[in-house]
Amino acid sequence: MLSTAIIVFREMLEAALIVSVMMAASRGAAGRGMSIGGGVAGGVLGACILAIFAGQIAAAMDGVGQEVFNAGVLFAAVLMLAWHSIWMKRHGREMARQMADVANAVRSGGRPIYILGVVVGVAVLREGSETVLFLYGIAAGGSGGVQAMVAGGSLGVIAGLAVGILLYRGLLNIPPRHLFRFTGILILLMAAGMASQAAAFLVAADLLPPLGAEVWDSSAIIDPSGILGRTLHALVGYDARPAGIQLLVFTATLLTIYACMHAVDRPTTRTRPA
Amino acid sequence: MRRLFLAALPAMFLAALPAPAHAEDPTFTLVIRNHLFEPARLEVPANAKFRLVVKNMDPTAEEFESKELKREKVIAGGTEAVILLGPLKPGTYRFVGEYHEATAKGVLVAK
Repeated sequence: MLSTAIIVFREMLEAALIVSVMMAASRGAAGRGMSIGGGVAGGVLGACILAIFAGQIAAAMDGVGQEVFNAGVLFAAVLMLAWHSIWMKRHGREMARQMADVANAVRSGGRPIYILGVVVGVAVLREGSETVLFLYGIAAGGSGGVQAMVAGGSLGVIAGLAVGILLYRGLLNIPPRHLFRFTGILILLMAAGMASQAAAFLVAADLLPPLGAEVWDSSAIIDPSGILGRTLHALVGYDARPAGIQLLVFTATLLTIYACMHAVDRPTTRTRPA
Repeated sequence: MRRLFLAALPAMFLAALPAPAHAEDPTFTLVIRNHLFEPARLEVPANAKFRLVVKNMDPTAEEFESKELKREKVIAGGTEAVILLGPLKPGTYRFVGEYHEATAKGVLVAK
């Protein structure tokens, strides 16, 4: 039972961290409960469907369907996060002012929060489908482990949720004025990290050259299987043994989004009186 | 409409990629049975690309994981998965079945 809990917790952790950052980033926005909740629900449903078709997906494209699919959904999430970053750069200042006045907070409803809902959905989908496959396997194994599976699975889910809530509460301690700046940086790093993970999947599918299979090995410093390693993996795409192309894609994504943010941050927005 | 477009993105991404051409690479097979890898030690050629087919004979799912090979792949019960590897430097590369780490362990030896 405990081993089931640990495996479910590991799979849950990344999704839970992403959900909490998205929750913090959308603080005060109208309809965020619907968007984030919808993302989680859609992700869980999608995970079950994905688990059913896991065999077909894995066998697709000469056996690399799973890698390409993962790269695709990560790439979609990167686009969403980039879009959100650019939107926030344009409208963030007005929003920060509104946030100071709680009564005005609802006005930030014009913000496309469903973008963050999509990111949540994608995160839950990816991690969730593995959890579903794992749990279904135990149930189908018929070794009388169903009760232990349910107990262990629930324990794992609860532990994952607890870490997510902890991070969310921590983020809420940041004053609203700084919160969006902080979540903004986090989202930028998250987008670059996901792009780098997508690149790693495409290398595994032999569709991208690694450009140096292992540029460094930091697994002795931060164990990628440990909680810190997994947390950093979810938040900034930490990889203990990155390929050259992952570093390239990480940097290129960061610079591209940053350049787009600056392009939309016109002087008129900057000098508008408060 | 916009949401539909967003949902279609991964599919478009899939379609935009060229079909991989690695079917000619030599194939090596690992079998998972009773949460054990057979063989637990597999010799593969160094400095060449190859395909590793992992057949999961157990009813339970397994995740083939190797930090050293940089691969993680879930294999549902009773199915098989293809893992593209190489070119590897000569050496040993450990792998585990993450869902049954106590027993499912093995090593690839690239020569």
